[in-house]
Amino acid sequence: MLLEVRDLHVEFRTRDGVAKAVNGVNYGVDAGETLAVLGESGSGKSVTAQAVMGILDMPPGKITGGEILFQGKDLLKLKEEERRKVRGAEMAMIFQDALSSLNPVLSVGDQLGEMFTVHRGMSRKDARTKAIELMDRVRIPAAKERVRQFPHQFSGGMRQRIMIAMALALEPALIIADEPTTALDVTVQAQVMDLLAELQRELRMGLILITHDLGVVADVADRIAVMYAGRIVEQAPVHDIYKAPAHPYTKGLLESIPRLDQKGQELYAIKGLPPNLMNIPPGCAFNPRCPMAQDVCRTDVPPLHEVDDQRVSACHFWRECLNG
Amino acid sequence: MPEQPNDPELAIAGTGMGGPMDLATSEAATLDKTPGPDGGGPQDRPRSLWSDAWRDLRRNPVFIISALVILFLVVISIWPSLIASGNPLKCNLSKAQEGSQPGHPFGYDGQGCDVYTRTVYGARTSVTVGVLATLGVSLLGSVLGGLAGFFSGVWDSVLSRITDIFFAIPVVLGGLVLLSVVTSNTVWPVIGFMVLLGWPQISRIARGSVITAKQNDYVQAARALGASNSRLLLRHIAPNAVAPVIVVATIALGTYISLEATLSYLGVGLKPPTVSWGIDISSASTYVRNAPHALLWPSGALAITVLAFIMLGDAVRDALDPKLR
Repeated sequence: MLLEVRDLHVEFRTRDGVAKAVNGVNYGVDAGETLAVLGESGSGKSVTAQAVMGILDMPPGKITGGEILFQGKDLLKLKEEERRKVRGAEMAMIFQDALSSLNPVLSVGDQLGEMFTVHRGMSRKDARTKAIELMDRVRIPAAKERVRQFPHQFSGGMRQRIMIAMALALEPALIIADEPTTALDVTVQAQVMDLLAELQRELRMGLILITHDLGVVADVADRIAVMYAGRIVEQAPVHDIYKAPAHPYTKGLLESIPRLDQKGQELYAIKGLPPNLMNIPPGCAFNPRCPMAQDVCRTDVPPLHEVDDQRVSACHFWRECLNG
Repeated sequence: MPEQPNDPELAIAGTGMGGPMDLATSEAATLDKTPGPDGGGPQDRPRSLWSDAWRDLRRNPVFIISALVILFLVVISIWPSLIASGNPLKCNLSKAQEGSQPGHPFGYDGQGCDVYTRTVYGARTSVTVGVLATLGVSLLGSVLGGLAGFFSGVWDSVLSRITDIFFAIPVVLGGLVLLSVVTSNTVWPVIGFMVLLGWPQISRIARGSVITAKQNDYVQAARALGASNSRLLLRHIAPNAVAPVIVVATIALGTYISLEATLSYLGVGLKPPTVSWGIDISSASTYVRNAPHALLWPSGALAITVLAFIMLGDAVRDALDPKLR
């Protein structure tokens, strides 16, 4: 495994109380593999990614337990200075909104070149040449001229390409993409996603794709991890999950996708709201919204059941769920 | 307007804009190595916050007038002999309090010194004190405030309380107490006092704007790509946080000039033989009924100078504040 997150716990200590954002997450990615992390806002998918990258704001955030093994080393045991060298060079992150993720007062060439001056100690001139190469690689036209321009002079899709170029600059082993296409138009989404998938194949990187867009997931992911209230409730290969979900939450998510053959009917929605992270319900966190909930769900936290050797589900009734 | 409904082509062109098809074609067009509609051509010069601000300023009459006044002040404080041939310290008691006469347009003061020459030479003191005090205050304030805002935690709390303590010191009273023990005849004690009492103002502004800039996504993105703290602070945060500091510092420059005059008037600021508007206003005020002109000219020069710096600060704020754009 390239990256393995083991039993990670993260909480935020605020004035109003302790918000348990991540409660024992386990997932892993191999080189060349794409893991999609699905979940609603507040399910802990971004916080887990930030903990992996080491950019969690601490305080108020605090990692209270677990390990993050990257190429065999536990990142949580490294000193900050050693960790900084891993960031950008060994693992990199692509953010949701490329306009706000690029510094408005620096030209894109300066920002791309920074990767090489910081990590590789290159001269500014060499870094500029590298920046143009990168812009060519992510297919930004007229890279030689546009390298001097500022982020606001690019369209949304082009900006996201620049973010991708920055993340890929040093050919890291792992890329975490936090909703990379959410802020883009539908047509541009596909182009950016295709580009990302293509470069990932070329460089054999591990990719963690954080998203709530089930359409994107089906096309590019190898495996899916579904998160709810800071836990992974189901993890499985893509086609298995779409064929037959083994957790009622996954099932609810899949049923709430609009489908052409349901034209004119009411769209399914999961009842209720995600739990307050300062007050997660006892037992299974999903029980107040679950159509299959029984008494045991309100008292016992479901362990991760092995559905088969590639698949886990955190539901007491995963068999019933799997059989419809 | 009345023709539009009758012209089908116009109507189609009107409704066709901005649909998803346009976005698709525009993105495709950029892929086809032709500059997109977002202005990608090489002839399009890059624009930044600073070049935008400069363009705004050049068109603003308030900026032009105040900048010309300040330019004039700076020139005469470096080369006062350009417009005043006399010596400000060479006085003739027999002409004391005399009014305007040929060669001496502003008349004479109580000591028989030429008011015109002294007013011109006074600019040097005021501009020196104003500029140096502002530089000192801005440097100290933005370094301390910026670090507190960036690292937060204990340092921030300690610095914020120290700031509060300095804010509680009344400027004039503090000046009377601190400067009355100084015997030096130079401008340095006055500048030092202004820096000592002025930095908390800038420090607060710098702290606030660093905290705002720190929360920007691009700072986190740069961190995720391996930038160190010093690089984050100097390259990503400082350029995006410096605008409010510049604005406040420009306006403060005017108030430091008037503070110098206030302190000199009270007798704790600069002391003769230094030539300063504050000293001249102070001495002229004792015989204002006999020779009002000796009070009028240095006060007028002081008022115009302070006004020019405050107007400049206003213009700079308008140009740098993106919310007014």
